[in-house]
Parts: sequence; C-alpha cells; structure tokens
Amino acid sequence: MEDGILTAILVATIVAGTPLVIAALGELVTEKSGVLNLGAEGIMAVGAVAAFAAAHHSGSAFAGALAGIAAGALMSLAFAFLTLTLMANQVASGLALSIFGVGLAAFIGKAYQSATLPAVPTLRIPLLAEIPVLGRAIFDQQAVVYLSWLLFAGVAWFLYRSRPGLLLRAIGESPASAHSIGSPVIRIRYLATLFGGAMGGLAGAFLSVFYTPLWTEGMVAGRGWIALALVVFATWRPWRVLLGAYLFGGVMIVQLFVQGSGAELEIPSQFLSSLPYWATIAVLVLISRNVSTIRLNSPASLGEPYRPEA
Amino acid sequence: MRDRLPRLEARAEPSAAMRYASPLIAVALTLAGGLVVFAALGKDPVEGFRVFFLSPLKDAYGIAELLLKATPLMLIAVGLAVGFRANVWNIGAEGQFILGAVAGGGVALFFEGSTSPLLLPLMVVAGAIGGALWASIAAVLRTRFNASEILVSLMLVYIAQLFVSWLVHGPWKDPEGFNFPQTRMFHDAAMLPILFEGTRLNAAFLLALSALLVGYVFIYRSFPGFRMQVAGQSVAAARYAGFSAQRTIWTGLVAGGAMAGIAGMAEVSGPMGQLTEHVSSNYGFAAIIVAFVGRLNPVGIFFASLLMALLYLGGEQAQQYLNLPSSISKVFQGMLLSFLLGADVLVNYRVRWPRAGA
Repeated sequence: MEDGILTAILVATIVAGTPLVIAALGELVTEKSGVLNLGAEGIMAVGAVAAFAAAHHSGSAFAGALAGIAAGALMSLAFAFLTLTLMANQVASGLALSIFGVGLAAFIGKAYQSATLPAVPTLRIPLLAEIPVLGRAIFDQQAVVYLSWLLFAGVAWFLYRSRPGLLLRAIGESPASAHSIGSPVIRIRYLATLFGGAMGGLAGAFLSVFYTPLWTEGMVAGRGWIALALVVFATWRPWRVLLGAYLFGGVMIVQLFVQGSGAELEIPSQFLSSLPYWATIAVLVLISRNVSTIRLNSPASLGEPYRPEA
Repeated sequence: MRDRLPRLEARAEPSAAMRYASPLIAVALTLAGGLVVFAALGKDPVEGFRVFFLSPLKDAYGIAELLLKATPLMLIAVGLAVGFRANVWNIGAEGQFILGAVAGGGVALFFEGSTSPLLLPLMVVAGAIGGALWASIAAVLRTRFNASEILVSLMLVYIAQLFVSWLVHGPWKDPEGFNFPQTRMFHDAAMLPILFEGTRLNAAFLLALSALLVGYVFIYRSFPGFRMQVAGQSVAAARYAGFSAQRTIWTGLVAGGAMAGIAGMAEVSGPMGQLTEHVSSNYGFAAIIVAFVGRLNPVGIFFASLLMALLYLGGEQAQQYLNLPSSISKVFQGMLLSFLLGADVLVNYRVRWPRAGA
C-alpha cells in the first residue's frame, strides 16, 4: 500500500471512536430529557455479548447488530422502570445496571470466550476512497461507521430542529412546566432512555462483531464510562460529542501505535494503556472547572426524579 | 384499562417499617429470582438453590470462609457509607483497594525478613494511606475543579489495575517465580494471624468489626458525622449552618479510600499471601451494593456483607457442582441491588390496588 502511517492512524482513529460516538449520542438524548443513566458500561457489555452470540449462531453481522440494539433497549427498560415508574435514585440504579450488566455479560459470554467471527468487509465508496490521506478514512469504512454519522446528523436535527426534540429538551429543563402544558413527561423520558440504551447496545455490538471481532470478558474496558464523560466534555452538544469521541479514538490508537513500536522506547505497555483513562480525567477537569459552563449547559433537571401530580 | 392497574399513592410520611422491610423484600425476590434463573438454565431449581445458597454453610470451615469473604466487604462498605450519606459518590473503591494492597504489600516486601511486631500495624497504616491517597485524587479534582467524583474515581480503577499489572510484571516480579506475574510470597511476620486453627479466617475480621463500631459512632454519635448527614439531606441547610462542602467531600472520599485500602492490604497479607494482578475479586463494586442493601447503616452493613459473601461462595459452588460460570454471582448481586432500589418505592409510596368490580 502506498498509504502512509498518517492514513493508517486516521482510519483506525475513526473506527476506535465509533463506539464512543454511538454510545455518547444515545446517552446525550437520554440526558437531554433529564435522565442520568450511569448504566452505559453494563448496557454496552450486554449489547456486545448479545450481538456476538446472535452473529455467531446466525452467521449474520446484521442480526448481531439488531440483537445488540434489542439487548441494550431491554436493559435500559429495566432502568427506566426503576427510575421513572418506581422513582428510584438514578445514580444508584445506573450503578446497579452497570454491575448487573457486566456480570450478566461475563456469565453469558463464558460459552463464547475467545471465539471469533469472520471479519466484516468495509463498504468502499468508489472514486472518493481514492482521495489521498483522507479517502480511506472517510469512504472505506464499515457500514456501522457510516450509520454513526447518520445518527449524529439525526440526533442534531432532532434535538434542535424538530418539535419533539424541543419538547424533550423542555422536559429536561423543567419537567413540571412541561407537564403543566400537557406534555407526557414520563412517556418521553421512557423513550429517550430506551433510545440511549439501544444505542449503547449498538455500540457494544460494534465492538464485538465489527471491530475486534471476538468476545472476551471485560472487552468494553470502561468505554461506557468514557462515553458518559464525553457527554460532559461535549457540554451536551452533539458536534462536540463527535469531536470528543474521535479525540479519544485518537488517544487509544496512538498509544497502540507507540506500543507496537515501543520496544526501543522502553515505556511499559501498562502506562500507555492507561492513557485514555488519564485523558478522560483531564478533559473532565478542563471542562468542569468552569462551574457556570456546566450549569448553563447541563439539562437543569438532570438526575432528579419527577412524578407528575395526577 | 388504566383503573385496573395498581397505582402509587404518596405517603404523608416515609414509612420507617418499609425502610427495613425493603431489603428483606429484595433478598426474598433475589432468592426467588435464583430459582427462576436455575430453571431457565435447565438445572433443577431446588438442587441449584441448595448448592448455591445452602451448601457453602454446611460446616464450620464454610462459616469461616463466609466471614473471610465478608471482611473486605464490611471494611469497604462502612467507609463508603460515610460518603454516600452525604451524597459523595465514591465509585472507585476497587481502585483504592488495589492501591491499599500495593502499599501494604510494598511494606511487606521492603521489610522482608523483619520479625518486628510493628510490621503488621505498619502495613495496615500503609494500606489505609495508599487507598486514601488514591481517593484524594478524586477529592482534589472535585473540590478544586468541580470534576465529577463518580467518573474520576472510576477511571482511577482502570489506572490502578494497569499499575498493579505493571508492578507484578515488572519491578516487583518474583525472580524465582517461573515468570508468573506475582511478587514473592510474604513471610510469616507480614501475614495476618489466623483466628481459628484449620480455617483461613484471620485478624482482619476483628479489624472489620471494629471498623463497623467506629463507623457507627462516627455516623450517629459524632459532630462530623452530623455535618455529613445534614449535607446529604440538604446542601442548602448545610451551607446555611456554615458546614464546609469541601470538607464533606474530602471526608467522604478519604474515609472510603482508607477503608478500601485496609481491605486491600488485608487481602494480600491474608488469603493471598502475595501481590498478583488479580488482587481484587470485584470487592470494591460489590461493597457498593452492600452499603445500599445495609441502608448505609453499620449494623445493616454487617448483615448485608454476610449475604453478599454468601453470593460469592455460592458462585464458587455453582461452578464446581453445577458447571455454571462463577460470574453468576455478579448476576445475583446486580439483581439484589435492582430489587432493593425497586422495593424502596414502598418507603415513600403505598400501592393502591384497584377495587374489585370497579
């Protein structure tokens, strides 16, 4: 290949960022409605194992993606029932979902430990993929990567250009006001939570069926939590979610490249592997230290239970 | 249609009885869920139930193992409860546990060969400091930069795991260990004394009981504990009373970190006897469940730890005798917390059943 290392890094960065794009956009919609779902890690893990199992038995990556979406939605339905119908604490319920999901995924996944799937071919767009440097990164990727861009456009349009999106944001700011003008607060929060869960499941499916493609316990490796941090980093704006996700994808890939050529650098691989986690802490600090930025941009009712007076 | 569904009706006062009944409801639902899970997996549910929940307790050795597993859970959960009561969400006890194991184990390796009776106390202190320092990263970033302690303490878990992995693959690896990623075995003076001959139960259990006692006094009988309580119930009230929000965050995180650190130290100088990559069996996360199921109350935490320890042992039994992955424990642990959170609705609401024929 005449492609240089720059192209290779760009291609890999976009792939590594894709599960974060999908999961964080889903969580963004959930949080915009005022619901804080800390279960993303567990949802992704269950999505990953469900997708892997489905793809393994059916031989179809598409069926795998669908199974991931369904599993993620089902997990978030349990969360929604706890927090929206039974008014349980959202932080504790999200943690419960993460612990449960990671455990459930390990349990189900035991049967598939170290099994592999055939690699899913990329969808190469003729001509455009020939563009130097950027061509392969943008026009020779897997279907799910293109889907993640559609998702980005769809979420941005929905939140800021559509009536239901406006309603969803209004509910996230003040559920009581939205209820008083007759909006179905709980129903919309349910839908927003289900959407977030479905996207978390798809992100997990991308990891286990399209990206690696294999199942190992602990393969989600904190990406669910990083997606949550990304939403804060993005100050709840879709385009910054996209930017942040690729930034993180870049950190993950660059450390892998350095590890690959790290024999002469003598940096222990564990230190390089911990870079994405340090980076998460760093961006959280950078964004959060300005208290008013967070207060102005976060949905005002985020994490607070709401029960409409009958 | 709508009138046929049971409806929730707000109680005028939270029900004190339900606060204590709801963990019991959650336990009952988890046990019932266990029967369903075993049946769904094609096992005889009664046999599964017996193997998982009863067989670990069949003899004195089993009881000692239960107390051994409950020890780190008690230690961590009581520390976390201090923070959780004030809405300080330290979710990274797993990482603080690892750093405590590293610090305590480091002391054992550094003073290898010492027979001083001060060695063990020094290791306990080192473990507490290691865990507290790791937690204080989250405290600094929260108090100085407003960064969410939930996400920061969690990221520090992954970093701690990689750090201990580097230690045992690199500088601390046992040179005569056939290249296994582990340190040398600790010598006798660095091992916690066994309480009962023929079991593995060690002095850390007594440490955990004292921690529960100290935790009880701190939470219910001390002024700093009262300040934390006020901060947890109303930030505005705490500010009005002049209680420092910064101090609340520091106290919550350092208490959790120090206790998790002691638990980590007790694990390496107890049942493990050396530092390895897999120093924690998820205790840091399981202890979060223990703290909630125990109602953030040291007495409740005592019983919740025993229950959670039983889930651990049951998982091992299920692997051995039912040929099920031991991660089934985590499934039950997650179920327990979810059921508890769901059952808690009954504290503030009563269920209004539709009248027959209406």
